[in-house]
Amino acid sequence: MDASNFISQFFSPAAWTLLKSLGHLLMTPSGFFIWTTLLKSIILLAVILGLVSYTVYAERRVSALIQDRLGPNRVGWQGLLQPIADALKLLLKENFTPKSANYFYFRLASKLAMVPPVLVLGVLPFGSSLFGVPMTIASINVGALYVLAISSISVYGIVLAGWSSNSKYPFLGGIRSSSQMISYELSLALSLIPVFMIVGSLNLDEIVHYQVSHGWMIAPCWPQGMNFHTLLHPLVLWKSFSAGCSLSQFLLWIPLCISFLIFFISMFAETNRLPFDLPEAEQELIGGYHTEYSSMGFALFFLGEYTAMIAGASVITTLFLGGWSLPLIPDGSAGWWWGLINIAVFFTKIILLLFIFIWVRWTIPRFRFDQLMKLGWYFFFELAVANIFLAALLLAYVKK
Amino acid sequence: MIVHRKKLNWIEKLYLPAILGGLAITWKHFKKSLLGKGVITMQYPEEKWDAHLPAWYRGAPTLVKDEHGRERCVSCQLCEFICPPRAITIEPMEIPEGDPWRKVEKAPQKFDIDMARCIYCGLCEEVCPEQAIYLRKDYSITGLNRTEMIHHKEKLYEMGGVMHGLVFKWNEKK
Amino acid sequence: MQLTLFWIFSSLMILFGLGVITLRSPVSCAMCLVSSFISLAALFITLDAFFIAVIQILVAAGAVMVLFLFIIMLLNLQAEECRRLRFPVILGGIATILCFLILLSQVLASNPQFLEPIPALQSTLSDVKMIGMTLFHSFNLPFQIIGLLLLVATVGVVLLSRRTLK
Repeated sequence: MDASNFISQFFSPAAWTLLKSLGHLLMTPSGFFIWTTLLKSIILLAVILGLVSYTVYAERRVSALIQDRLGPNRVGWQGLLQPIADALKLLLKENFTPKSANYFYFRLASKLAMVPPVLVLGVLPFGSSLFGVPMTIASINVGALYVLAISSISVYGIVLAGWSSNSKYPFLGGIRSSSQMISYELSLALSLIPVFMIVGSLNLDEIVHYQVSHGWMIAPCWPQGMNFHTLLHPLVLWKSFSAGCSLSQFLLWIPLCISFLIFFISMFAETNRLPFDLPEAEQELIGGYHTEYSSMGFALFFLGEYTAMIAGASVITTLFLGGWSLPLIPDGSAGWWWGLINIAVFFTKIILLLFIFIWVRWTIPRFRFDQLMKLGWYFFFELAVANIFLAALLLAYVKK
Repeated sequence: MIVHRKKLNWIEKLYLPAILGGLAITWKHFKKSLLGKGVITMQYPEEKWDAHLPAWYRGAPTLVKDEHGRERCVSCQLCEFICPPRAITIEPMEIPEGDPWRKVEKAPQKFDIDMARCIYCGLCEEVCPEQAIYLRKDYSITGLNRTEMIHHKEKLYEMGGVMHGLVFKWNEKK
Repeated sequence: MQLTLFWIFSSLMILFGLGVITLRSPVSCAMCLVSSFISLAALFITLDAFFIAVIQILVAAGAVMVLFLFIIMLLNLQAEECRRLRFPVILGGIATILCFLILLSQVLASNPQFLEPIPALQSTLSDVKMIGMTLFHSFNLPFQIIGLLLLVATVGVVLLSRRTLK
């Protein structure tokens, strides 16, 4: 008696045939694609939202430690249940709408702030593959552009919140954020062009695979084609090292480093993090665009901001830090445990980047608005454009 | 006087070294706090500052009795007048015939301090001619509603206790 | 599937398009336009034209309309919300729509080929590469000329927006 017969005796014949046909439907190519995609989306969303709430907690703890304090350590062991307590508190509060606010847009804005960062996660390769299923929800061939497009519409939530609150501080915050985001989107997009030119693709999966074989964008000195076997053969090892340290790799490294710097700094501006948090500058604007929000409306802005931070960190990881790859670790085709390790590597890189985001926030003071605009338009924009030409020149030399 | 802004050289103009320097400083603090050194937070309900409160600490205002068990307050109502947030309400009464302290004439029948309003300024203590009201070191005054936050006379005497003090003008002349 | 999606998104687009011209509040009009752009992008996606869809969102919804919204918010257009529709205006509008429909029907009738669905492009290249090839191989000169024109326009704008002209 095999397994299916054994299970079938627990069901009525009709139910069993239904179940079997459902199983067949799930294993057809399109059926398989649909349920794996659904599963991936749900799990990724759950993981990211969990990560978001614990990033808030980490922000509070790290800021406290940097300022010689302790931070929240009461709820649960070391305060680890604090995010849940915060969420409950926000849910139980009164969801207040000011009388003079435009109700429809006021309510819409908080949702619009949350949606775009979540949409970005859809194209990110957060792992190589698991049981042969690629760990990207949607591997579209314009993935990197899609990320930029979605981040460009994320400004609507903030602008509408500022406008619909019908109050001066949110309005100033909204105006500031829209001009800031438009300015920095430019350098954000332009700084990526050298990456696209060198990889020759906009597909995030392909960009990661390029980095697997050619070394990370900011660390080109990659022992090419190295694995556990080559570790035992010094000659092969030396060969792979020397291939990684070639002149062409180093030449391309220069524009990529400039790109990374511009992209990294612009990402701070794009996610409204300090030193670019002018839209919500507490000292001048109280809370900026979300001054008038309370309860879940406020929570959505807060979550949106941190989700944007995580999305930004994962974009940086994917484009410059090798995505899920780590030297010596094979991808998911070598076994499902390696696939899991790849996912873990990706999230570890994100968490390290998030720590840097938090660390920078509690180190550097805020820019003045004219300094911010000057930096964006007079410095980063020019640098990014010049960098494109530099990359083009070097690429023409290298690929000759 | 004109303070000229320092001219930055090109390395300083990049700002990156300064940013890295700042990051190094915050990292040092982070590391030190992570190891538990240099954290100045006091875990409040478990650790308290009570032993280190200075002598001049201004906590909750209380009424005191003197060493003979006489209530010092003569309900002159000066504190009621001076209280900036008007937290004090006094209803005077005459000390009845036959009381050993009849010559004092007045005592408070009702003496309420609304601790929800009190700002712990200490003006009542300063203005009291009888040295009857003192700010003690109690600082965590709590209540579940506003009426619980009103300290009545009994509570005030209970908190204040006996003050061996300076005012002796009501004592019998020797 | 594709047809259902087409009907959903095209009707959404028309709905939001109607919103743009009928709603009185400028911000609502702008938001309707944005939604209509996004529906258009969705239509492009149903045609597997990801690049155009993403560029549609990036440029039209993400850059142009944000600037529009920015200006609308700064100007505080109260007068627009109070304005009523007048009969000649409605008449003019209907006349314009009729003209357009007549023109469209004439164009479609002129060649039966226009009514047939265009077959999808069969190519092994990704659409970004395909667009790049077309732009830089077949239309290189016009592309360069347009680039130069845009540069001239940009320089002109910078010159005009300077506070003091020497």
